[in-house]
Amino acid sequence: MAAPDAARRAELEGLLRNDCGACHGGRLHGGLGPALTPAALAGRDPAALAATILAGRPGTPMPPWRGLLSEEDARWLAERLIMGERNDAP
Amino acid sequence: MRLDRRTLCGLALTLLTAAAAAQGLGDLGLIVERNSGAVLVVDTDPPAVLARIEGLGDLSHATAVFSPDMRHAFVFARDGGLSKLDLLERRLVKRIVQAGNSIGGAISEDGRLLAVANYEPGGVNLFTTDTLEAVGEIPAVDGQGRRSKVVGLEDAPGNRFVYSLFEAGEIRLLDAATRPPRVVGRHPAGRQPYDGLVTPDGRYYLAGLFGEDGVDVLDLWNPEKGLRRVLPEYGRGERRLPVYKMPHLEGWAEAGGRLFLPGVGRHELFVVDRRDFSVVARVPLHGQPVFAVAQPDGRRVWVNFAPPHNDTVQVVDAESLETIATLKPGKGVLHMEFTPRGGRVWLSVRDENRVRIYDTQRLEAVGELPAREPSGIFFTARAHRIGL
Repeated sequence: MAAPDAARRAELEGLLRNDCGACHGGRLHGGLGPALTPAALAGRDPAALAATILAGRPGTPMPPWRGLLSEEDARWLAERLIMGERNDAP
Repeated sequence: MRLDRRTLCGLALTLLTAAAAAQGLGDLGLIVERNSGAVLVVDTDPPAVLARIEGLGDLSHATAVFSPDMRHAFVFARDGGLSKLDLLERRLVKRIVQAGNSIGGAISEDGRLLAVANYEPGGVNLFTTDTLEAVGEIPAVDGQGRRSKVVGLEDAPGNRFVYSLFEAGEIRLLDAATRPPRVVGRHPAGRQPYDGLVTPDGRYYLAGLFGEDGVDVLDLWNPEKGLRRVLPEYGRGERRLPVYKMPHLEGWAEAGGRLFLPGVGRHELFVVDRRDFSVVARVPLHGQPVFAVAQPDGRRVWVNFAPPHNDTVQVVDAESLETIATLKPGKGVLHMEFTPRGGRVWLSVRDENRVRIYDTQRLEAVGELPAREPSGIFFTARAHRIGL
């Protein structure tokens, strides 16, 4: 699975801060949606988190991001959220 | 007379202070730099950044209100921060952190109290405007003892505040004219009210519902009559469309006896008869609308969009309902603010680190100011409007 390149990662960082941040807080400490900090997500499975990003959570304001994000984007975001900001691999 | 250096410095300072004191406040405003914890104090005529005030916390989704004399601005930050700014001296007067996580607030009709809507812990906190001293903590707990996030907190005539409880699905009316302030109305509403607005005349509170279609209306002249459900066709509909950014209700435009509402998840502007809340028309749009704001003269409605269409602004004629312009101000248009009489509109273009200024007659950009990832723009004229 090809990870997003540097340019795409920068876009995804922007998406995290701005679009995810609209509900989860600019620093991801939570808001209408829950906190997405490494502490809040400790022990979560990146694959499951990526699936939630793509499919959304029915019954809540969390929309399915499939269509705007690829599987690879979602996976990178999930790992980035679980590991924190210093995850700039590969 | 011989003047030593100290006297000269003192004299210069006095002159500076006098110059600042001579500044009018009616054409000033604030631009929020959402990811920098800073706001810019701006002059709208001619457009200029007067000062940058830092250290205000997480300003994603931050909003501001103004004292009736326009001298002070109060900024509600996402991290529970509440800041008082002096626009005349262009400085931070005081900042407190009043909760863990909040989503906006309002100032009372008399300008003496601030109410802040909190997510964590859910509830409404009240503060004096002069010292930011806490004067009330109103919990948002339902009949089963569960806490709710407070959303759509607005000021209403008679020193009242009105707000919605997201999880509980309730609209509450708070009387802030009494000491202590007390809840004087609790109205069961639809599922997941997510934002609210008070009509510019101060008569109605409207709450948008995320969990079902329709809008709940509270008549603030006759709150004892309870809520009325209107606009059954307004919402995500049977297909439960994904919503990439919740439309903002506070911007809901009113012009010529009609309300203009951004569709929820739909690429449409709803045009609604103000008298009976019936849908008059649906105007097709370029994307999912976020704000639909009327020019102060009511002639046109300006609409911005959720990602991936947030590089665009459309202008709809309020009379013919034609889309008369599709503008491309740049990536990440988050907010639109009109100068008080509507000649100019300022657009924050987040991803280009600038605010662009358009002439509303010619529909052309006429200027811009640099700003770091700007989001909300708030002009002091808001001080004299109800429900902002």
